[in-house]
Parts: sequence; structure tokens; C-alpha cells
Amino acid sequence: MKKPKVLILSGYGLNCEDETKYAFELAGGLGKIIHINDLIKNKNQLNDFQIMAIPGGFAYGDDTGSGNAYSLKLKNHLWENLLKFVIKDRLVIGICNGFQILVNLGLVPALNRKYGERQVALLPNESTRYTTGWFDLKITNDTPWLTGIKKISLPIAHGEGKFFASKEVLSQINKKNLVVIKYINNPTGTLENIAGITDESKRIFGLMPHPERAMFFTQLPNWPYLKEKYLRERKKLPEFGPGLQIFKNGVNYFK
Amino acid sequence: MINRIEVSSKISNTQKIGVYTIKKDLNQNQLKKIASSLTNPVYQDFKINQPTLVKKFFWGIETGFLPGVTDNVASTVKEIIKDQLKIKFNENEGVFSSQLLLISEQLNEKDIIKISQGLINPLIQRVHFKTQKEYLKDKGMDRIVPQVKLTSANQVDEVDLNVSDEELTRIGKSGIKNKDGSTRGPLALDLSYIKTIKNYFQKLGRNPTDIELESIAQTWSEHCHHTIFADPIDEIKNGLFNNYIKRATVEIRKKKGKRDLCTSVFTDNSGGIKFDKDYIISHKVETHNSPSALDPFGGAITGIVGVNRDAIGFDMGAKPIVNYYGFCFADPNLKSLIFRDKEKKQSLLSPRRILDGVVAGVNSGSNCSGIPTPQGFLYFDNKYQGKPLVFVGTVGLIPKKSSAIKKARPGDYIVMVGGRVGQDGIHGATFSSEALSAGSPTGAVQIGDPITQKKLSDVIIKEARDQKLYNSITDNGAGGLSCSVAEMAKESNGVAVDLEKVPLKYPGLEPWKIWVSESQERMTLSVPKNKWKKFSELMKNRDVKATIIGEFNDSGHCVVNYHKKIIMDIDMKFLHDGLPVRRMKTVHIKNVFKEPVIPQLKNLNEVLLSMMQRLNITGFEFVSKQYDHEVQANSVIKPLQGKGKVNGETSVVKPIFDSPHAMAISQGLYPSYSEIDCYQMAGASIDTAIRNLVAAGVNIDKIALLDNFCWCSSNDPQRLYQLKKAAEACYDFAKIYETPFISGKDSMFNDFKGYDEKSNPIKISVPPTLLISSIGIIEDVLKTISIDVKFPSDLFYILGETKDELGGSEYFAMNNSVGNNVPKVNGLKNKKLYSAFYKASQKQLISSAISITRGGLGVALAKTSLAGKLGIEISLDKLPVSVSRNDFALFSESQGRILATINPQNKKKFEKIMKGNPIKQIGQVTNNQQLIIKGLDNKVIVDLNLEKIEKAYKSVFKNY
Repeated sequence: MKKPKVLILSGYGLNCEDETKYAFELAGGLGKIIHINDLIKNKNQLNDFQIMAIPGGFAYGDDTGSGNAYSLKLKNHLWENLLKFVIKDRLVIGICNGFQILVNLGLVPALNRKYGERQVALLPNESTRYTTGWFDLKITNDTPWLTGIKKISLPIAHGEGKFFASKEVLSQINKKNLVVIKYINNPTGTLENIAGITDESKRIFGLMPHPERAMFFTQLPNWPYLKEKYLRERKKLPEFGPGLQIFKNGVNYFK
Repeated sequence: MINRIEVSSKISNTQKIGVYTIKKDLNQNQLKKIASSLTNPVYQDFKINQPTLVKKFFWGIETGFLPGVTDNVASTVKEIIKDQLKIKFNENEGVFSSQLLLISEQLNEKDIIKISQGLINPLIQRVHFKTQKEYLKDKGMDRIVPQVKLTSANQVDEVDLNVSDEELTRIGKSGIKNKDGSTRGPLALDLSYIKTIKNYFQKLGRNPTDIELESIAQTWSEHCHHTIFADPIDEIKNGLFNNYIKRATVEIRKKKGKRDLCTSVFTDNSGGIKFDKDYIISHKVETHNSPSALDPFGGAITGIVGVNRDAIGFDMGAKPIVNYYGFCFADPNLKSLIFRDKEKKQSLLSPRRILDGVVAGVNSGSNCSGIPTPQGFLYFDNKYQGKPLVFVGTVGLIPKKSSAIKKARPGDYIVMVGGRVGQDGIHGATFSSEALSAGSPTGAVQIGDPITQKKLSDVIIKEARDQKLYNSITDNGAGGLSCSVAEMAKESNGVAVDLEKVPLKYPGLEPWKIWVSESQERMTLSVPKNKWKKFSELMKNRDVKATIIGEFNDSGHCVVNYHKKIIMDIDMKFLHDGLPVRRMKTVHIKNVFKEPVIPQLKNLNEVLLSMMQRLNITGFEFVSKQYDHEVQANSVIKPLQGKGKVNGETSVVKPIFDSPHAMAISQGLYPSYSEIDCYQMAGASIDTAIRNLVAAGVNIDKIALLDNFCWCSSNDPQRLYQLKKAAEACYDFAKIYETPFISGKDSMFNDFKGYDEKSNPIKISVPPTLLISSIGIIEDVLKTISIDVKFPSDLFYILGETKDELGGSEYFAMNNSVGNNVPKVNGLKNKKLYSAFYKASQKQLISSAISITRGGLGVALAKTSLAGKLGIEISLDKLPVSVSRNDFALFSESQGRILATINPQNKKKFEKIMKGNPIKQIGQVTNNQQLIIKGLDNKVIVDLNLEKIEKAYKSVFKNY
């Protein structure tokens, strides 16, 4: 079986492309980082990929709202190609800044398949401050990205992650089971503890937490404790962290 | 046509409106497109050339930048407009951002003035307000375009040096005179320097031009040439740096031979050490003190993105993988104001405002750049009220296969990449604020633009470097092009610059300003002619500005042309080495302080809780949590450790995913010891910086150090004596520990002269401050140790001896005293202990370890217990001690000590390895939440629930 190909976007302040690529490769995929300007120059290369990932970062410094400027650039130059990509049987993931970009592009939730229409927003955290930390999350609806996961611990790091939607939009999102991952304890004042959503196809997934920062055991905040525990129990130390499964799910979808 | 777009929230109660002023002719359709792209319809509305109206408001207050101040939001909006409408902006057109606040409370004008002033920093921002009536009558706020307008001709002036010594002294101090009689700002050249310059030009039979004089002043400045560390002092003919710092490194490297860790020391933008067989890591720590005093946010963000360029400019370009910070402030609760002028019109910013701004500046710079910031510290002393110290550091990573010797070759193009040049940062922070007015650009204050730099960094580190498109690279920092180009020209032995080619932010900048401007986000590269096409295309594709501004040659001269006319021609040798030597003398100083009288209490519960609330000890989670330490996925030991989330003093990162190697960074800093004994102060700082790493599992053989001296009044022989003693200790202890210095920086005049609230003249100097930063390599990440105790019944050990050493301690400071017995470091003993500890850690015998630092045993004990959320019971009567009292035993800051817990099963093995060292099991981890300490007479002196300790530890900065 050929390894599924994963396109990871970069440029203009995105900054998690290296670790996101590594996570996909660790999961069995073949990753390629492409600068947005190179993709604009050669739009057809999008067709070579099964998965597109928009990684975390600080595109355009969050000026004019997180994700806005980068999504405008994608819309101005690549919209037709993106649309063709997402309506095929492809997977898309947007992590943190990537999620903010997906929301501004109108690729999630895209209710009634209205791709391109902004329907929800990610607002500044209630604290109005950037927040970093690990949080427990629960999976609330299914998507190929979260197959086999019920609960997961992942780190967040963002200034604008407070999910917002009008009452009507929110009720439709809930009705269509598009909220797929929620925090157990709300870190940012996000609506209904929402941490991530999908589109109606469930193949386009955006989330605020960073699974690529939880791919190894030694990334866990309590690994020194766990190490000591396993040593005393004479157990082998695990190598990987819980976040890796999300990338595996993405890759395995095409296997 | 000036257009104004206002974007307001539909869902928020606060009426905060984003304003974009666009100076450009645009039709309604275009404006609508622009407004739509700046508005999120889910929760926002926009107005085009019409005022935002809300139901109830009484005042409108608008804040924006002054002309010439970096406006990052506006740059992004400009990019959006250009990309969206496929249009261009000419020189006279532009975009400017501002914020409008509609106040819904009925306040009087006095209140509004007060609120307005609180919203801005007058050095960089403007504020305007209107009553509701005016707002409605005028149809909103005024459309203000803060464009820089320069009227000065592009001329070069000759500076007549055939004048009296008095006049020469004046030129050196206050700067070159303009035609209108005003001066251009300090050159910081004393009489001996400027006379040397006069002689040089006399031999050439001419006077220098303004750009020549400015250029020499930059190159010879204390900031660039570190003359106080370089020149002879007392009997030390080769200066403090050569005799102590550099000599230590040279001798250690020689002694270590094959074990030598260093790859590059002192010469490059950062210092470099071996990471593993494939990688080199760099480290550099800078200070950005004066700019942060004036504009805390701008100063701090410029500092952090500036030191990032020391990584990018290291070797052929290293990727920044860790940011590091250290802030020294006055007590943020301090209410007394101090002023720059006798009339008390110019107040210094309050310590709280400086703290908030600096913390936010590093937040923005680090987070936006995608560089994790796990490690740092806050330190407080009211002697930092006049000048805060803002330390910022960056660790970089470069593959060995990408490493090369920098060598600009004759015929290579000089290429400037990154931002454009403006009036920012001319003459650093010595500018006079009176010179600022609404129409003139702000001189010395800069604001970093992390995204411009991120684009630059990405294309260099990820593409251009490994395509080998340049021969040399360096940062444009202090002194701007004048320093970076002249410095790189040493590699080829000459250079010719065409200054008119330098891209400018606005027209009309005089040549000397272009040459010395410190506008940010720029680097200088030497690009071979045959690679220029490929290089420039790559830069264009990544939206990074790259411009040829001249050529390197081997003429032996530094030549600057402006529109084909030579305006500067100085011999390279004179420019770099022509400065005269100044001999310095020191005067011995020995301060004796009163020993405090502190009552001996039977119960020390409250005392320990008070210690946990000391500004210098308490938790600063609010900083740790707002600095992303998870980005790049390299975090191993995080800033907040254990279940109890306690600030550790060491962070560990693992930068290469498929290598087990990791690296740890920490620091040591004891300014409170300085006035007692600067030698021991430096010794304690070095020992702490090393011990903090050792406690995390680092081999002492794999540690390198960095020194940052932030001194005061360094023309005072007594201060120089303290400096000499500190430098001497750096040599002595580095030699004992075999930990080489790889990089350093000094800032010698951290003094403030001004007036107090009664207009009395005051001088506030920082205490002599030495920051020792440490970096160490861990071969196997799994052997790393965290500070939190892990399991009940684990045995609790203290390693090292506790003595009556409370001089300068935090405990004495709490009792408003200084005392005299500073901790004295026994390097040989400690080294033996640290080596044994490393052996034990490699055998995984240690469950937790915490280095005992500020606040002593009592504080370290409370932290390790709180971090693990498990009780501990210890007894001081078992302590390897020579202490007289319980409180002294708990809070003495004796160096060389570590607290460790081990699995009882490992007791024998552990004690065998540690044999011959002063270690003692003093207690045990318990199954409850109680910290119990029995005193020297075995009676309980502390019995505290962890909840109480946590409350104390986390209460001080709770609302920050």
C-alpha cells in the first residue's frame, strides 16, 4: 500500500509545519510542506495529495483577527482548487491557527454545504490573554479523525479560541453532530466547551488543541511521574503520546 | 482622499472599535470590498467614512501611533488590500490603524483626560477625545494620517574638528550641531577618542563628514566595543574580558581536549556548543534595558526578536528553538513617582506599567515567532525603579553539515534583507524626549515586527542556508548597517556601499541616519554574484525584501558612496582598532552592614508562608502560562512542574524528534549579595546556574555558561572594583567547574538621574547585577529529573552543607536587613557532589530533585512538596550543619545544596554512589498533605497543610 500523501501548508507566520509533518510521517503518511506562494504558483499540485493540513501558528500576527488574512490569501488565489479538493473524498485538518483559518474560509462548519460562508467565529479568550496548558477533552461525535478515541489529553496554546456562533447556527451544528471534541474544563470561555468541529462530511476537522505536541511520551506534562511509576512497576516506558492517534486515523483512512 | 473604515463588534458590550485610515483614492466598490475583508460578519459590522453609532455613549476616545512608529496591523491591512484589489500604494499613500473607544459612562473632562493618558504611552502613541455632541456634529472622530514628513535635504555635512578642546568635548558628548543650532544626539566619544579621530583626519588633510564621525562613534561605543571590559584596569593590562572571561574559556578548552564542548566562542553573534554528532546549538543572552524603561512593550518585543537574530545570524544561520527571559523590576506595588525633569512633567512609568508592558512585549514577540519560551525569572528590588533590566535570550540549532566558516569574499554583493530603514533607533535610547512632537517621528523607540522577521527567518534557515546561497550573514543590531557591514567587511578586508540603494520607509532620510539607523528585522548577507539571481528570486517568492547595497572588496577601506559621491572613506584598521586605550583604576570597597536582630519563634508556620509570598520567591504562573512553551513540540520539562504546577528553575527541551538528546537551560542571579561581596555574588550565581542543571540530570562536564553584566556608574572606581572582583570569580569558578563561558554581554551604566516627588534631585542605580545563564546537554532524555516529589515513603535527602549564611538573603530582606555573611562557594567540594549526583541520576536512582536557591531549604522544601502534592516530614537535627537557629537553618542560602527523594529500595545504591559527600537523609515523603518540619531540637517548628502553602505561593500575582 502506498503511503497517503499529506500536504502541510506554511508561510506568513504559520509555525507548526515541521512537527505536524513529523507527526503525519510517524503515523505512516508521506508529508510535504509547501509554502502558500509555491502552491499558488503551481495550483495543480494539490491534486497529488490525500490530506491537507493547515498547521498552527500566528499567520500575519493575528492582525485583523486570527486566521483572517491567511484565509483571504487562500480565497483570493486558491479557492476553486480548495473547493475541488474538499468535495472529493479527501481529509482536511486545521490545528489552532489552522482551525481559525478553516473557520474564516467557511470550510467548517459549512452548514448545508455552503462552503465559503463564514458561519462561526473564534474570538479572543475570555481572559483576553494567550493561554498555554494541557487539558482533558472528550470526544462527543464521530469523525474519521477521532476514530477509537473517547477521551484525550492535549495541550492548547492560543489567544483566540473562544468558539462563537449564533443560537440558530449553534443549534444546527449540534443537530448535525458537528461538535466532535469538547473540553472537560473550559479554559477560554469557549461556547459549550467546544474545542473542535467538522463540516457535514466529517472529513474537514478543525480543533484548537495541538495533537502534534502530544505525539511522544516525553511531551506529557506528567511524564517524569509516569516514568517513576512504570520503573517501580517494572513496566516498559511508552514511546508515544495520545495525540499520535489522530494522525494515524487520518493516514489510515486511506489505507 | 482619506478614507476611514470602522469595524465594531455586534456581540460585545464594550464599545471598542477598530479603525483603519486609508490614504488613497478608492471608489465605493473598492472600499466595500476592503471593509468586508476586515470584518467578520459572524460578529462584526463595518462603517465606511461614517461614524459608528451606539445607543448610549458620552465620549469618544481614539488612540493611535505617532508618525513613524511601526504599525504591524496597518502593514497587514495594506497587504490584504494589495492582494485583494491588485493595486499598489505610492510613497504618499498609506494605511494606519487606530482604536476608538466609546465611553458609556457619564464622566467629566478631567476623568477623560486621565483615562486618555492611561491608555497610551506618549512617546509612541497619540490620543484624541470628543464629547458625544462634538462626535455627532463632526460626524465622528477626525481622520488623522500619522505620516512622516521629512524636509531635510539629502546632504552630507563636514564636521570641523579644528576647534578648541571644549568644543571637541561638547561634540563628543552632545553630538554634531545642525545648521539651526540643535544637536543630533550623543556620540559618546570622550576627549581622548575624539582627539584621536581629529589626528587621523588631520593626517588625511581634511575634516570628517558627519557620517564618518557617526560611524566611528557607533563602532567605538561601549555598546559595540565593550571598552570597559577590554581596556587595562589596575595591574590587569589585557583587561577584564581577556584576563578573566576569555582566559577561563581558553584554558578550560585546552584542558578538556577531546571533551571540549565548544564550537564557537565570543566571536560570532552567539556562542556555540556541540549538541550531538549531527547538530550544534547556540546560545546568546542580551539586555534591552533603556528602551524598555521608555516603552516597555516596544523595548521588550524589540529585545526578544532582536536576540532571535543572534541565533539566525549564528554560523550560517541557526533556527531559534528556545527563548529565555529575565526581568528585574521595582516592586509593582510601589506608588512613589520619579521624574526625568525638575518640573515633574515627565514621570517615569510606574513599576507596574513597566512590568505589564515588558511581559506583554515578550509574549507578543515570542508567541508570534513560534519560538517556545519555557525558561525565565522575575526579580524585584526597588533599585530597579529608575531602570528595569530586561534580559532576553535565544538558543539556536544548526546541523553540522550546514555549518561553515563565515567569509565574505571580495566581489560578493552586500545584501540587506528584511525590513526597510527609517529613523527608528537612531542613537539608541540616549535621545531626549523633548525633541518629540506630533509631527516628528519618534527617534529611539522601536517596535518589533515578528511576522516580517518570521518570513525572513524561515527563508534563511529553511531554504537559503542549505542551498548555500551566501558566504556570510550577520544581524543588523546596534549601530545598524554601520556596524554590520563594517564588521562583515573585516572578512574580506574592505567594502564599498552605495547608500542610496537602501530601501527606506519614507523619503528624505539623511545619509548618516540611513547608515546608523537601528530599524528592526534586518540582516546583512554577503552573496556571491553568481548566486544573486537564485537568491533574489527565492526572497521574492517568500515576500522578503532583499536589496544589493554595495560590494565587498579587499581595498582595506570602508567606503560609503551616496549617488556616486564618496561620503565616507575610513581605513578599516583605524575604524576597528584605532581607538585609544584608556587605563582604569579601582578603589577597594568593603561595605559593612548591621546584623539584624530577629526574634526566635517557636513556630515558623507564618514565617514560611510569608517567604512563599515574597516577590522573589512566589509563583509567576501568569507569565509561564501566557508564553507558549509547547510550540515546536520540543518541551520536556515545562516551566510549571508537577501536579502542583510550581515554577522550576530549569527547563528541558528535546529539539530533534529522532534523537534522545535534550538540552537544559537555567540561570543564577544574586544582586542582593553584590554590595556585601561581588566575588561571592558571582560565585553563587555560577554555582546556582550549574547546580540547577545538575539537579535536572545534566552532566557537569556538558555545561557551558553565559555572562551578562548589568552594572551601574562604571566610571566610579569603587564600582569598577566590584566589577573586577566579579570577573575574577567568573574565572576562578568556571575553571574549577570546567564550565567555559561561550558568550556574554555587558551594559555598564544602568543609572537614572532625575527628581523625586518634591523635585529633589535623585540618582537611582541598579545593584551590580550579574546574570549567569547556563546551558547543558542531556544524552538520554529519559534520565531527566523533575522537582516534584513522586511517591509516599520515598526517602528525603539533603545534599550539601547548611551554614549560617544569610547575608543578602531573602529572609534578611524580609526583615529589612542585609547582613554580612554571604554564602561562600566551595567549588571543589560541590563539583565532587555534582559528579556523584550525575552518576546516581544515570542509574535512575533519583525520583525527584530540587536545587536549593533563593529562600533556602525551607522554600525549596515547600516547593518540591507542593509540586508533588504530597506531604513531607523532615527533621533539621539530622542536617549536616553548622547553623545556630531554626530560622537560619531553614532560610540560609548556602550554595551547593540539592534536595532529592529516592525510592527506599535504592537507598543502598544511592548512598554508595554518594559516599564521601555531605549527604543526609532528613525525612520522608508522606501519604498526607502536611509539611512537617522538626527543628534542631527535634520539636515541630512547621506544620502546614499544602493548601495553605499553595494559597500563599499563588496569591501574589493572582490578578496579573
